[in-house]
Amino acid sequence: MADIAHAAPARPLPQVYRWLRGNLFGTPLSTALTLLVLYVLIKIVPPLVDWAVVNASLTAPNEQACAVRGGACWAFITKWYRFILFGRYPHDEQWRPAVVVLLLIMLLVASCDRRLWGRALALLWAAGVAAVAWLMGGGVLGLPWVDTDLWNGLPLALILAVGGLALGFPLAVALALGRQSHMPGVRAFSVAYIEFFRGLPFITVLFMAAVLFPLFLPPGVSIAKLWRVEVAFILFLAAYLAEVVRGGLQAIPRGQYEAAAALGLGYWRQMRLVILPQALRIAIPPLVGTFIGGFKDTALVSIVGLFDLLQDVAVGTNDPSWRGAYIEGYTFVAAIYFVFCYAMSRYSRSLEARR
Amino acid sequence: MKDKGDHPEKPAGDRAMIELRHVDKWFGEFHVLKDVSLTVNRGEKVVVCGPSGSGKSTMIRCINRLEEHQKGQILVEGIELTGDVRKIEAIRREVGMVFQQFNLFPHLTVMENLTLAPTWVRHMPKREAEDLARHYLERVRIPEQADKYPGQLSGGQQQRVAIARSLCMRPQIMLFDEPTSALDPEMIKEVLDVMTELAEEGMTMVCVTHEMGFAQRVADQMVFMDRGEIVEMAPPAEFFAAPKSERTRLFLSQILRG
Repeated sequence: MADIAHAAPARPLPQVYRWLRGNLFGTPLSTALTLLVLYVLIKIVPPLVDWAVVNASLTAPNEQACAVRGGACWAFITKWYRFILFGRYPHDEQWRPAVVVLLLIMLLVASCDRRLWGRALALLWAAGVAAVAWLMGGGVLGLPWVDTDLWNGLPLALILAVGGLALGFPLAVALALGRQSHMPGVRAFSVAYIEFFRGLPFITVLFMAAVLFPLFLPPGVSIAKLWRVEVAFILFLAAYLAEVVRGGLQAIPRGQYEAAAALGLGYWRQMRLVILPQALRIAIPPLVGTFIGGFKDTALVSIVGLFDLLQDVAVGTNDPSWRGAYIEGYTFVAAIYFVFCYAMSRYSRSLEARR
Repeated sequence: MKDKGDHPEKPAGDRAMIELRHVDKWFGEFHVLKDVSLTVNRGEKVVVCGPSGSGKSTMIRCINRLEEHQKGQILVEGIELTGDVRKIEAIRREVGMVFQQFNLFPHLTVMENLTLAPTWVRHMPKREAEDLARHYLERVRIPEQADKYPGQLSGGQQQRVAIARSLCMRPQIMLFDEPTSALDPEMIKEVLDVMTELAEEGMTMVCVTHEMGFAQRVADQMVFMDRGEIVEMAPPAEFFAAPKSERTRLFLSQILRG
């Protein structure tokens, strides 16, 4: 806010005073802004603390009991957290989605480590996906069958997001390369695909997948709504990611393509070894931004009747005992989304920092 | 394509390594190459000069098909360059190219820049490729820079790495496209020295350059291009002492004045 040089004092002052002067009260404008911010904080923070902590109820039989104390009704969360996280998944089997969530988080964390990139990680993912499918669905090896309609809440969001990332990203790279291709057919298809999906709101794509698509299936064939929505999400996300990747590709000088070609590298090796590693690094910040947006978009699937975290909260607050506790419920869900998105954004920072 | 092993210790025969026969090229309406014919034999050093925009870069970029010609024939080691991607890649494996802007891969270390093509194109084992890379880094006199990234090197060092990177493919022919034009004056010599050594070892070379001292030292043939045409072609002694064409004379007087 303030220019530190201006604040250099004539004689030594206490450390705190100097810091305040340097950072908060350096110039009249800086002082005014500091005071304004202080005023807003004083207006907001104490009531918020009163609500969230002082008058909050961690245990209460129902919302009405919370209302007497006037603060946040965290009792709703302590009572309903399992439903919010896992929805209608059979209560006694909920350890399974819990393990799945941990497994997916571990896989994502492992994927963040550049040293592990390679064949081992691919195998790890293959094993992880198989394990996730087995744990969630069951039906074999002693686990009872659980229909995909009951895959709700957090595992649903993570499965949609991870699928979108793992399959949407390669598709995006292919589309971005296709858009730059010298082959007119490939280029036209890529452009049409990207513009089509970018021209539609995600909700429209979801409705097409959930409502329209089954009408075109031959009688007797049905694909679970979860998978239709997953495919819709992958296709949609890929269009956005493709444009980000294209931006990275355009930043690579022609000389890089020419040098790679002059060494005898074919098209795919030029891309894989020389162009994409550079282009994707440039594209990391917008890529992560798009990922984060995509992850949050998974919350929209409640509109086509999938029980995501938001829908689970809605169910909870429909309970007559907890009617009105939606602020607490949505705060809880927001916190979950925040943790994931913040982690992604921190990771992108660390990738950018690397040379 | 079989690996031809180490390059041209064989005596300079008169076998044509590169042949351009009546080549024409247009950029849109602009006629960049007009009926260009040129033959480069094994072990021969050809230096191409001419004013900017005369088509000299375009011509050597046609030799490894970074540019496509529209008329005439280009044969490299007897293989005709057509749209056939396999042939183009086969020729590029045998033809090294050094660019004005170096074009090193900035995300790879010097060592990785050098081993990339041998391992992926020649399928050479990693250890062997690294030994080869170290050998050529010593040849260009920067063995100590192997683990650095291109961005940490000076322009002259980068260009020498670029030469070593091409040599690691053990090419039969080296193309130089104004290799010293982007360099600060004090770095030009170190690059030219490496090129001179290479020439003395019998490499077949086509160099687009304005370094006339270098040209006089190494060239077997001088080629002067202007407005898309080869105006004059002669051995350096003749070319510098008694240029036949008025355009050549004018160009030489301008370039040698400095």
